[in-house]
Amino acid sequence: MPISDQARAQMREIAARYPSARSALLPMLHLAQSEEDAITTDGINTCAEVLGITPAEVTAVATFYTMYKRERVGKHHIGVCINTMCGLLGGDAVWDAVVDATGASHNTTTPDGEFFLERIECQAACTHAPVMTVDWEFMDDVTPASAVEILDRLRRGEQVQATRGPVIRDFEATERTLAFPDDGLADAPSVDDKMLAGLKIAREHPIEGENA
Amino acid sequence: MVTPLTPVITEHWDRPNLYTLDGYRAVGGYQGLDKALGSDPDDIITTVKDAGLRGRGGAGFPTGLKWSFVPQGDGKPHYLVVNADESEPGACKDIPIMMANPHALIEGVIITSFAIRANHAFIYIRGEVPNAVRKVEFAVKQAREAGLIGKNIKGSGFDLDVVVHSGAGAYICGEETALLDSLEGYRGQPRLKPPFPAVAGLYSSPTVINNVETIANIPYIVDRGVEWFRGFGTEKSPGFKVFAVSGHVKRPGIYEAPLGITMRELLDYAGGMRDGSSVKFWLPGGSSVPMLTDEHLDLPLTYEAMAEAGTMLGTGTPMVFDQTVSVVKAVTRWLEFYKHESCGKCTPCREGTYWITGVLEKFEHGQGQQAEMETLTDLCGQIAGRSFCALGDAAATPYPAAMKYFREEFEASTHTSADEQFDPIASYVFAAAGVR
Repeated sequence: MPISDQARAQMREIAARYPSARSALLPMLHLAQSEEDAITTDGINTCAEVLGITPAEVTAVATFYTMYKRERVGKHHIGVCINTMCGLLGGDAVWDAVVDATGASHNTTTPDGEFFLERIECQAACTHAPVMTVDWEFMDDVTPASAVEILDRLRRGEQVQATRGPVIRDFEATERTLAFPDDGLADAPSVDDKMLAGLKIAREHPIEGENA
Repeated sequence: MVTPLTPVITEHWDRPNLYTLDGYRAVGGYQGLDKALGSDPDDIITTVKDAGLRGRGGAGFPTGLKWSFVPQGDGKPHYLVVNADESEPGACKDIPIMMANPHALIEGVIITSFAIRANHAFIYIRGEVPNAVRKVEFAVKQAREAGLIGKNIKGSGFDLDVVVHSGAGAYICGEETALLDSLEGYRGQPRLKPPFPAVAGLYSSPTVINNVETIANIPYIVDRGVEWFRGFGTEKSPGFKVFAVSGHVKRPGIYEAPLGITMRELLDYAGGMRDGSSVKFWLPGGSSVPMLTDEHLDLPLTYEAMAEAGTMLGTGTPMVFDQTVSVVKAVTRWLEFYKHESCGKCTPCREGTYWITGVLEKFEHGQGQQAEMETLTDLCGQIAGRSFCALGDAAATPYPAAMKYFREEFEASTHTSADEQFDPIASYVFAAAGVR
């Protein structure tokens, strides 16, 4: 599917947010990726045209950032954090289980186009290790078994709720959110017990004195 | 005396509607803004200086001082850029702040912009966390609808536009000048300093770049005052900190406490180590700061005490590892990260991270050679201080720190792999207690 006229107009909208239009390039590329499931030549050319820069300049940027993919991602992007904290606390086993369950490997898509697998770096959720992401939404505190179950449910088309985030949509929808973040999902659950761990203790043991 | 926990930024996180404007206002939100708009911008800068707030992103630079470097009356546009690119391995406190209490950040953005005379603010959030992006955007939208962002805010004559910007997966963009290049629509590669961003930052104009937690402190300081803020922490490290404790503890999570609390106290709050487990090594704030061991648990978590112990407070998000973890494996994994994230601009970092990782992987597989321990030391020495930005220095940090305390593990890794020395299953959080 080529970049639609509507998306082209939306790219101009994004560019208008900034004092200098070129600042819009990253969110514009996210929008291009949400249209075509990858950064395609068409996507690059459209960004270049809207900003009045060369396709080579856009390509230089698109190839720098890990989130932009040159191959089609498929329906869901699956990330497993393998940085030290998550990996050693079980992420390595989660990764192995996900690979076994899908037959895909790092940076590849399953033949049915359902899952793209990626060994991801720290997701800023070390308190919730091991962490997996589905379309970049948090799946905290996973085990090999729970990770595979999530994939099974996605494959069956069942509703899957992120641990701190909305019900899973698909990769293209997330990419669209990154270009237009007002996606109507701000009421998604985002605070859990681990984020409240200290607050809970403080409530049970109120302090006295000037800092109270 | 036990240091109490002091939730301030995290105080109302259990209120389900805190992320909304009404929810935030119900707990006193935007009172700081009212005070700010009624005062002289220079007085706000002075207040933040007097409070002694230090940057919560890792470097600990005094915030008010940073603001005061912005030339005033220069006729150029000024910009505020919030660094919300939290990607440091171990750091997991800005994302929770944005998801739970986004209006504290927005109120801080408005006050800070007013103080430094910026009419345009940007919040650069890493793209890999869409849930933080949408929460912050929603807060901006509500603030705009309520007239807290836009033209002539609350009749003050002050105009401000705030843009929420998504990154696209590059740790280096947490480095402030790389972030600026990225925000201008280029590859995120650090700039040579000087000129510093306060003089020539975004679009070559004076720019303040502050971390999320730093900015989230501002409304509370402006509303409650310098004396209140200095009631927490120490002389050189005043205030409180959103500590995020991760690793082999019983209750990993967010614990907000005064600076100066010890790791042992934080560990106690986190329920202690998991059963049958003891502290082997820990890092006060991210993989870029040197590791410490159980002999350092009673040091106060302050900028100065951590520096004295040869490390840094960094992001203030302690990672705690127990005896089941191979330090060789942990360090190798961090170097693989730096290798992946090196932007490639500076040769020592680009090539050095490649070579260090290659040699470390030999050790992880039990194939390191005695002489290669010196090679690694040399390689780290060739990177540190020889790159534009701190990523190179960070990459040169884990190995020497690990060697300081665990040389024997590298020795053993000349003949035995990390997985043979330490059964990987034992370090899994879901491992049966009997395994360790």
